[in-house]
Amino acid sequence: MRPARKSIPARAGVALLASAGALAAQADETALQLRDGPEAVVVRAYCSVCHSIDYIQMNSTFMKRAGWEAEVRKMVKVMGAPVPEDDVARIVDYLTRHYGTE
Amino acid sequence: MTTRRSVIQSTLGGFALAGAGLYGRLARAELPDGTIESAILDALPGKQPLLKRTFRPPNYETPVALLDGAITPNDRFFVRWHLMNIPEIDAAAWRLSVGGDGATQPLALTLEQLRREFEPVEVVAVCQCAGNRRGLSEPHVPGVEWGNGAMGNARWKGARLKDVLARAALKKETIEIAFNGADAPPLEATPPFVKSIPAWKALDDSVLVAYEMNGAPLPHWNGFPARIVVPGWAATYWMKQVVSIRALTQPLASFWMNTAYRIPKGRFPLVDRFMSQESETSTPITELVVNSLVTNLRDGQRLASHSPVVVRGLAWDGGYGIRRVEVSIDTGRTWETADLDDDLGRFSFRPWHYAFRPRAKGPLTVMARASNAIGSTQTFELIFNNPGYHNNVIQKVAIEIV
Repeated sequence: MRPARKSIPARAGVALLASAGALAAQADETALQLRDGPEAVVVRAYCSVCHSIDYIQMNSTFMKRAGWEAEVRKMVKVMGAPVPEDDVARIVDYLTRHYGTE
Repeated sequence: MTTRRSVIQSTLGGFALAGAGLYGRLARAELPDGTIESAILDALPGKQPLLKRTFRPPNYETPVALLDGAITPNDRFFVRWHLMNIPEIDAAAWRLSVGGDGATQPLALTLEQLRREFEPVEVVAVCQCAGNRRGLSEPHVPGVEWGNGAMGNARWKGARLKDVLARAALKKETIEIAFNGADAPPLEATPPFVKSIPAWKALDDSVLVAYEMNGAPLPHWNGFPARIVVPGWAATYWMKQVVSIRALTQPLASFWMNTAYRIPKGRFPLVDRFMSQESETSTPITELVVNSLVTNLRDGQRLASHSPVVVRGLAWDGGYGIRRVEVSIDTGRTWETADLDDDLGRFSFRPWHYAFRPRAKGPLTVMARASNAIGSTQTFELIFNNPGYHNNVIQKVAIEIV
C-alpha cells in the first residue's frame, strides 16, 4: 500500500516544509469542492471522469464566457467527452458565472 | 469586482503615469487568484511535499526554494502527466518495442537488455515543462497554471537512442521518431499522448533512453522504468514510461503534435527547427530559451542592512551554454556580472551567485538576466503567445533591507 499523503496549505509557505509532517492533514481530490449552483453536480459528473475538478479553480478567475466555452468544446471535440449539447450550455453557464469574469 | 490583480494594476498604473516605460520594469506577473487558492503543498508517495496544481492527472511543481542547487533531487523533481491512468510498471515485465514503417528490423527490448546490451551514457540535463511559467502570462491563458517550478535538473543515465535505433536498421526515408508511453486516458476517444522528434535530433549523441536519474531508478512519477531524455528541448518530448519507439517516414498526425505544444513562427530567437511539423503560422516547440531564476530570495523577504546580501540562482538554455549572468539591484539601471559556479555541462542548470553590501535601508528589487554562448538573452517584456510558452521575462524579486 502507498503511504498516506501529507498536505498543508501552500499559502503557509515553503518555510513550513520542515514541519510538514506535523501539520499533515489528509488531502486529496475527494475533498475538492465546486462553488454552489444548480449545475455543480452536472459539472462534477462530466468533468471528473477524466480529471480532478481543481483544474477549474486553477483556471480562474480570468476567462470570459468565450474562453470557458472554448475549453468545454475542446473537451468534447478533441478529448471525446460525451457531453450532449444541452449540458454543454449548462456547464458553460456555470463556469462563466462562478469561475469567469463576466 | 475588485481582485488582487486589479488593485495591483491600478497601483502600478499610477507609477506608469509618472514615467513612460516604468510600468514594464516594475510590474511583476502573478499567478491567477484561483491558482493560488487551489494550490497546496502535498506529497505524492515517494516525493517531498510539492506545490499541487492538480491531483488527477497529477501535476506538481517544485517550490522555488527547493530548486536551490545545481541538481534537483529525485524526491523534489516536478511531476507532470496528461492522462489519468498511470500504471505501476513491473520492471521485469516491461518491454520496449522499436518499430514503425521506417524500421526494417523491428525489435523488443527488456530493461536488462537496455542496460546490458548498449553502452551506458550519462548526461546532466534540464527537464523543463514547455508550459513552465504559464501562470505568469499576462494576460492569463488557460492550461496548467505553472509558476517557476515545472523544471528540474538531473544526471540521466541510459542508452543512446541512436544506438537503439541502429538495431532497427532505419530506412533512409525516416523523418521522425515517435514515442508512446504506458499512460492512458479513461475514454477511448481521447487522443493517446504520443510525441515525435525529427530524425536528425533523435540521432544526436545526447538523446537517451534513460533508466537512471541521479544514480537511482527513475521515480514512478518521473517515468519508471525508462523515459526519453532530449537534452535542450522542452520536456513534452521526454516521454515517460516509454513503451514504444517508432521510426516514421511520414509526419506524426496527432493532436499533441498538430495542435498542442506549438508556438507562433518567427517570434522567438531559436535555432532548432522541426520542419516536418511546421505549418504556415506555427511550429512545434523545440529548444528551451535562455533563462534564469533567483532561488534563495523571495518577494517580501527582509534582510539585515549590516551584512552582505548573497543572491543565488540558476541559469540554463537550450544547450549552447551559459556565458554570463548579470544582476541588477537598481531596477535595471545598472548590471553587475555574477560569478558562475559548477559547470556540469552545456545542458545543465548553471548555478551562480552575486554578493553585494546594501547601501541603504528600504525596498530593493533584485533582477537577474542570463546570456548564452550564441548571444541570446532574456526579455524585459513577455513575448505573448496563446499557449503561454517560452516565458523568459527577467525576474524581479522585491526584498526589503531593514
